[in-house]
Amino acid sequence: MIVLEKRPQPSKAWSYATPLVAVIATMVFGGILFAILGKNPIEAIGTIFWEPLFGEFAFYYRPQLLVKGAPLVLIAIGLSLGFRAGIWNIGAEGQYIMGAIFGAGAGLAFYPLEAWFIFPIMVLAGAFGGWLWATIPAFLKVRFGTNEILVSLMLVYVAEQFLASVSLGLLKNPEGFGFPGSRNLQSYESAHNAELIAGSGMHWGVVAAFIAVIFAYVLLNRHMLGFHIRLTGEAPRAAKFAGVNPARLILFCLGLSGALAGLAGMFEVSGPSGVVSIDFNVGYGFTAIIVAFLGRLHPVGILLAGGIMALTYIGGEIAQSQLGLPAAAIQVFQGMLLFFLLAFDLLTNYRIRAARSEVA
Amino acid sequence: MKFTSLLASAAMALGLATGAMAQDKTKVGFVYVGPVGDGGWTYEHNEGRLAVEEHFGDKVETVFVESVPEGPDAERVMTQMALEGADLIFTTSFGYMDPTINVAKKFPDVKFEHATGYKTAPNVSVYSARFYEGRAVQGLIAGSMTKSNIIGYIGSYPIPEVIRGINAAYLAAKEVNPDVEFKIVWAYTWFDPAKEADAAKVLIEQGADVILQHTDSTAPQAAAQEAGNVITFGQASDMSEYAPMPRVSSIIDNWAPYYIDRTQAVMDGTWETVNTWDGIGDGMVGIGEISDAVPADVKEKALALKDAIASGEYHPFTGPINKQDGSVWLAEGETADDGTLAGMNFYVEGLEGEIPQ
Repeated sequence: MIVLEKRPQPSKAWSYATPLVAVIATMVFGGILFAILGKNPIEAIGTIFWEPLFGEFAFYYRPQLLVKGAPLVLIAIGLSLGFRAGIWNIGAEGQYIMGAIFGAGAGLAFYPLEAWFIFPIMVLAGAFGGWLWATIPAFLKVRFGTNEILVSLMLVYVAEQFLASVSLGLLKNPEGFGFPGSRNLQSYESAHNAELIAGSGMHWGVVAAFIAVIFAYVLLNRHMLGFHIRLTGEAPRAAKFAGVNPARLILFCLGLSGALAGLAGMFEVSGPSGVVSIDFNVGYGFTAIIVAFLGRLHPVGILLAGGIMALTYIGGEIAQSQLGLPAAAIQVFQGMLLFFLLAFDLLTNYRIRAARSEVA
Repeated sequence: MKFTSLLASAAMALGLATGAMAQDKTKVGFVYVGPVGDGGWTYEHNEGRLAVEEHFGDKVETVFVESVPEGPDAERVMTQMALEGADLIFTTSFGYMDPTINVAKKFPDVKFEHATGYKTAPNVSVYSARFYEGRAVQGLIAGSMTKSNIIGYIGSYPIPEVIRGINAAYLAAKEVNPDVEFKIVWAYTWFDPAKEADAAKVLIEQGADVILQHTDSTAPQAAAQEAGNVITFGQASDMSEYAPMPRVSSIIDNWAPYYIDRTQAVMDGTWETVNTWDGIGDGMVGIGEISDAVPADVKEKALALKDAIASGEYHPFTGPINKQDGSVWLAEGETADDGTLAGMNFYVEGLEGEIPQ
């Protein structure tokens, strides 16, 4: 018999090792899955992880990793601050949408004026949109004690309705022949979040993601507020004695994560995507939750996790077209990653022991 | 600029490479919005792809990526296909329009075909089918068979293509049944079985005994089957597994001839930008077998309408038709021009509710 025994102290070694073990386990079991589907598992896994980085067309895929990873990292950084303090913002997808609507709306309001100040205004508007959307659950929690998990999640669906509404009405392209969707911001120079160096994938959203990582690192390690966040998550009672104001912490954590998600949406809509359309959101806000946990809620970890997640997306597409793997298999593969991470996380707090057979 | 030229030179290198191999294989890529197993829209595009493979055998290689979100992801998938040497790429959803144009600019030697859009370029054609012709046939059957006089309609997005279908079905239904009423639910998705089933259930609860759908899954069929005494029509694909009840007929998208044609054109070097909009007559829109659940006289009328449309003798939008606000759209005997149909953003007189704005 095997029993689980709680460790007196969470194992440091395991908390660093689990992401790696999870990735390896995902490769092994994903490989088995691909083999069952009749594909060569080594080739499939190789395609997913190798091709985007070192394959023939890596010059195109490497920058794409930044494009795909940046919104994930930006959102996940914000979420991780709240998660550390036990404040669960599950609605980043909605905040991402609102950031895009506010950002694009602010830009389009100036159309066709060309001026340097338009883009900065859009950045502020995008952050504001996300902040506003996240402040609703924060305010309701502080004022009425509602559950922020439910409220923030439900607001995603409200945001999706807003998105459909503005795509069909307020922001609809007047030259779009009645089709839904806004003007393409890529062809509106002042509002276009273009690549800073052509071909590098580096747009302002990527820059913002790197800044957010550094900012979060400094906040958590060098700042009183960061200490309060960690303390609240690890020892709520101690936090109370230390004079942490829970209401302020909730407003800060939710508001900041909302603003970052809003920024991600704004950078996406003004850059890679270009248009506000009904299907604008593709799940970055939800995937970022996985990224935050895969990165151990640590800024540097999140950066790496965002990279790995982006890799599975891009590599997955390559595997689909080159090897004919079904999209669903790729999604299962990504799901495995979170599953194994959570499963192996158990080992951080528990150890496995062979139980001695006891005599009655 | 540097990147563009980099891509261009890569494309050129590939162009040379594929040029050298051109005798053996033409590579055709397909980008799908749903899974190939959706049983509807994407399923039929994939059938078209398989037909291309069967027709050309060893001379062609096809690749596809399914469930690609509309936006930057689509752009990446298309770029990837072009980089890997595709000669022709079919992008099969409206939302792929801007990404298709963007990628086409970077790969001038690759031909692109975008379904249901309106933006063309020297190497981008657009193609679509006159689904509304099939809608008219559905409307006739629906209007004749409804007992509650309430017909439920599951719309995907309020875009011209969908609005055109609603109008065509309504006009045909009202022609045979002046008391008929349409209830429209917007699902805001092309493919989401759960949402589609919910929409069908809501409509059935509101008294609809006919469900028309402009979404791609078979979930509404299943919901109707469960409710009993509700009829449906297969959408995009025959969905014959639900025949004879609830599915009494269907609109079938038949992309195979077009895909084979265009692939041939690329092989022959005769490919040109075209704007194709074919209907029943050209075989792009098929009417699935009308089941025995439909009374013989109704079936006969429906087939007669189908033939009249196919021969060009009858146009589903023939005046007099007023717009919803009562203003005259088409005078007696006048037929709609393609420009108006392509951008249709209004309901015809008699339809209730507003197009979401």
